[in-house]
Amino acid sequence: MEQEIMLMKGNEAIAHAAIRCGTDGYFGYPITPQSEIIETLAQLRPWETTGMVVLQAESEVASINMVYGGAGAGKRVLTSSSSPGIALMQEGIAYMAGAELPGVFVNVQRGGPGLGTIQPSQSDYFQATRGGGNGDYNVIVLAPASVQEMADFVDLAFELAFRYRNPAMILSDGVIGQMMERVVLPPMKPRRSEEEIRRECPWATIGRSKDRPVNIISSLELDSQEMEKRNLHLQEKYRTIREHEARYELTTTEDADMLIVAFGSAARIAQKAIELAEEEGMKADLLRPITLWPFPAEALREAAKGKRGILVVEINAGQMVQDVRLCLEGSVPIQHFGRLGGIVPDSEEIVGELRNFKKQSS
Amino acid sequence: MTQENIVYKKPTLMNDTPMHYCPGCSHGVVHKLVAEVIEEMNMEERTIGVSPVGCAVFAYRYIDIDWQEAAHGRAPAVATAIKRLWPDRLVFTYQGDGDLACIGTGETLHALNRGENFTIIFVNNAIYGMTGGQMAPTTLLGQKTSTCPHGRDPELHGYPLSITELAAQLDGTCYVTRQSVETVAAIRKAKQAIRKAFEASMQGKGSSLVEIVSTCNAGWKMSPQQANEWMQENMFKKYPKGDLKDTL
Repeated sequence: MEQEIMLMKGNEAIAHAAIRCGTDGYFGYPITPQSEIIETLAQLRPWETTGMVVLQAESEVASINMVYGGAGAGKRVLTSSSSPGIALMQEGIAYMAGAELPGVFVNVQRGGPGLGTIQPSQSDYFQATRGGGNGDYNVIVLAPASVQEMADFVDLAFELAFRYRNPAMILSDGVIGQMMERVVLPPMKPRRSEEEIRRECPWATIGRSKDRPVNIISSLELDSQEMEKRNLHLQEKYRTIREHEARYELTTTEDADMLIVAFGSAARIAQKAIELAEEEGMKADLLRPITLWPFPAEALREAAKGKRGILVVEINAGQMVQDVRLCLEGSVPIQHFGRLGGIVPDSEEIVGELRNFKKQSS
Repeated sequence: MTQENIVYKKPTLMNDTPMHYCPGCSHGVVHKLVAEVIEEMNMEERTIGVSPVGCAVFAYRYIDIDWQEAAHGRAPAVATAIKRLWPDRLVFTYQGDGDLACIGTGETLHALNRGENFTIIFVNNAIYGMTGGQMAPTTLLGQKTSTCPHGRDPELHGYPLSITELAAQLDGTCYVTRQSVETVAAIRKAKQAIRKAFEASMQGKGSSLVEIVSTCNAGWKMSPQQANEWMQENMFKKYPKGDLKDTL
């Protein structure tokens, strides 16, 4: 099949990819900088072609509970928002984790706290990777660094979510959401039929049948002994996900003695900084975690071997750097560089940080 | 006994799990009516119920259909998605006054106003039963609860919310009615109302709300008999029975 190459925003790519990967429903509430997702869907009218439902909900709270309902009924359901809206969704996400429901949500991050700013940020890393709501749980977190990955990660997020019956998040930011790039759209994949849903999601509430007991979607269990068992089951599942699903991209430079760790748009800027630094004779590798949870710990330990220092670049006050420190346990000097409040660091700043760091560690 | 002699039998959808409801509570009767209507419509294998947070949180234990247990107040959002994604299924929510008229007011009014094709069964007993008898949005003026122990005072607590009257104003609703289940005659009418609402949702006519004015004798600290009388004397004044809207 001929490839369909288009120029579009990251947010638009999410909408196109959602339709193409057999999404059954999108439920969302407008918020900057991601409203193009629902606007694009409204323009494309997928309900007339694939039958995908698109509904503007009354709030983010309602949106995530619509995802809960749809996922509980075995459907591929998506929502999207930006930081303050994702904060509102945390109740529903915790319920989904507790009830083991496979929904997908996109966070096109903006600066906080509170209403904050509409400019880009990566300051929801903690919220995304530590669960975010109440209880011991994790969601699978994918961090796209390009418009292409915005398109590619929708299907991947659904695949992972259904494989593990767990919510999955695409943690993007205002840079990736708003910038335009060339993108190869994924091939069309039909929505699943009722028979396929019955086969792949025997737990889904689509009406009981004679060949199975009734299905009940719930996160409630008042008997503590039973609740502990449920929690242990979740922890076992998270262990399996950690073992199998850590994803990353490593870009190496010959004889590099420094390592930059960065995700999402910060990794794009860091890549440029590494090219500039090389002109000054400074050589650094770049490790870009693609899954933020599970964090690619093994890959980081490997990439850190023989390095004099590690610079963690984020558009926040220092969040992923904590995972880097936990992972390397003091074996290598680690510094953090970040800009806050919607300011995006530029590559020159990162080169400056690298220069100072190198001076200190030599 | 011959088949012709059977004048009553438990709906087969109701299982034998012992109910957690207090003796005298209205929930058991309302559950039975819902089960009977699903059976009579032959929708046992095509129905999804959404249970609330509150006394009816465990509704899924008693009626043998597929269920989703929603977060507090969010049942109408959950049901919206299920019905839109499975439009040929019968979908209903079962909610109490705290869930529907307080924490879930937004989800309730917006789902009804969009004309979502599901039915809300609203059990209004004017008190929070599950958490031990606190004030509800529908608690009557002067009514005593553990959080208004001297009686509900509008200066302190605001007024009881007639959410069913609000629902009747919304363009998305096709049928809004208020019933009760304290007498055989009332039970029969309530069942007819549930059937009519369920059928309307399957015909794509819009949202329907069936309020059942109910007793909570444990929360009200009365005997079941006293609770029925108190409901008839006090609740029916503020929440008069009958159809508030019928476009069918």
